[in-house]
Amino acid sequence: MSRLSVHIHGWLLLLPAAVLLVAFTHYPTAATFFHSFFSTPKPGRSAVYVGLDNYRAMFDDPVFWQSLANNVWFALGTIPASIALAILMAVLVNRKLAGRGFLRLAYFTPTMLPMIAVANIWLFFYTPQYGLLEQLSGLLGLPSHNWLGSRDTALACVIVVTIWKEAGFFMIFYLAALQQVPPSLAEAAAIEGASRWYFFRRVTWPLLAPTTLFVLVNAVINSFRLVDHIIVMTRGGPDNATSLLLFYIYEVGFKFWDLAYAAALTMVLLVILAGLAIGQFVFLERRVHYQ
Amino acid sequence: MNGPHERRDLAHALETAGAWLLAILWISPLAYAVWTAFHPAEFSVRFTLDAPLTLQNFANAWQAAPFARYLVNTVALVTMILVAQLVIGTLAAYAFARYAFFGRDVVFILVLVQLMIMPDVLIVENYRTMSALGILDSIPAIGLPYMASAFGIFLLRQTFKTIPRELDEAARVEGAGALEVLWKVYVPLARPVYVAYGLVSVSYHWNNFLWPIIVTNTVGSRPLTVGLQVFSSTDQGIDWSIITAATLMTSAPLLVAFLLFQRQFVQSFMRAGIR
Repeated sequence: MSRLSVHIHGWLLLLPAAVLLVAFTHYPTAATFFHSFFSTPKPGRSAVYVGLDNYRAMFDDPVFWQSLANNVWFALGTIPASIALAILMAVLVNRKLAGRGFLRLAYFTPTMLPMIAVANIWLFFYTPQYGLLEQLSGLLGLPSHNWLGSRDTALACVIVVTIWKEAGFFMIFYLAALQQVPPSLAEAAAIEGASRWYFFRRVTWPLLAPTTLFVLVNAVINSFRLVDHIIVMTRGGPDNATSLLLFYIYEVGFKFWDLAYAAALTMVLLVILAGLAIGQFVFLERRVHYQ
Repeated sequence: MNGPHERRDLAHALETAGAWLLAILWISPLAYAVWTAFHPAEFSVRFTLDAPLTLQNFANAWQAAPFARYLVNTVALVTMILVAQLVIGTLAAYAFARYAFFGRDVVFILVLVQLMIMPDVLIVENYRTMSALGILDSIPAIGLPYMASAFGIFLLRQTFKTIPRELDEAARVEGAGALEVLWKVYVPLARPVYVAYGLVSVSYHWNNFLWPIIVTNTVGSRPLTVGLQVFSSTDQGIDWSIITAATLMTSAPLLVAFLLFQRQFVQSFMRAGIR
């Protein structure tokens, strides 16, 4: 093949993917930035340049700050817990146990359910008076409580649902990694009289570091990307107590139809994701490799 | 008395019990949903062995909303996205793996951008685009942002790179063109990766919700997830037995496929994530 035809063929093969990626990833990213400096077009009044007005409004918007704070709490509430549970599950079903196949299935099944179906099931679980949680706490003689309707418990309820859904998904990555650990290591440690906890801390956990990095990055992305359950269970309420950043973008954009302000909000989300990408590349990747 | 063996056996038994307890806890929300869906409403929170089984909740749900149409839409959507992703991804991956074309490395990084900035977060601008294209409220509008998948391109490129160049060259000596080599040498050798990627893609798009609810607003284009939400948030709001039945119906095809091909599914998710 001639030199020129290599370039031409390469680009031709890439063309469909390139066109679609530019149209639905790169262009909208750039357009978000651009539109965030304009007002929302209305019938009879096209968009005008407003400089930093959208960002100023955002800075003064308590719902934005609350959504951001909720998102941080949501991430802190879901990520460490689901990773810890995932490791526990993987370690448990990596050994020979009675009914291991069923156990793996039970842990993994929530992953296969649509988040919206999961949210419906849990909504029933949390329902005041009628729901299972109320019945259980009633049996124990506890006072009735509106779990999703109260500011103090709503976010925690949503966090529990997310942990339930994600732990089994992360488990399989740990399970795959554990199966790469040579059994001779555990045998050697057992001969030396090391406790299982010691073995886990000194051998298994460091060996799982690349998996933990992979899972962590995915978990962080998911905590900013998944809001299906918010739409079904709480609609951000009560009083914005469960509004996450993407949910707020959805509300501003498609309930209030303020697309310009939604663009400014999206910029915050994009900056967070870009920061995550850069952080992963520059800092974490290096550390994990050298361990 | 307590030899090390007995202590180890005891520890093992405790661990097994713990694992089972966790599994029962984990499966219980689903088991509970199944109970509610298959029993009359008055038994939805009363767990007695003599509760009569019924399919009435499913019949009621099926009649209360056009689930058949939603199912057709979802199947069409998932198929369309998968076929497009496989074709587009294969071509692009081949280019990245075997052609040293101008700007390859920079373009590859630009492709990987989509791993972080997924279509799920670009809802506002993609909505504007669909509106400008005049295809709002259609199945292609749901699928288009996902048809070029950085994840798929990356996965296939890694696989293609492991295929010996000699095979490629041998086929070319016999007079095969670039696309023929791709189709006859690369694609068959990458089959396990296609299966893995396919399962992950189908389950992702079967379950996707936020973008479809934004771009669709009629029965003709809504997938199952959106149909379920519309159904359960309207006047059905109180009847949990019917909502639970509808919820199970929505998830059933994928869940049944998963139970049948469990091993493949789990391995696919594993394979897709590890590389």
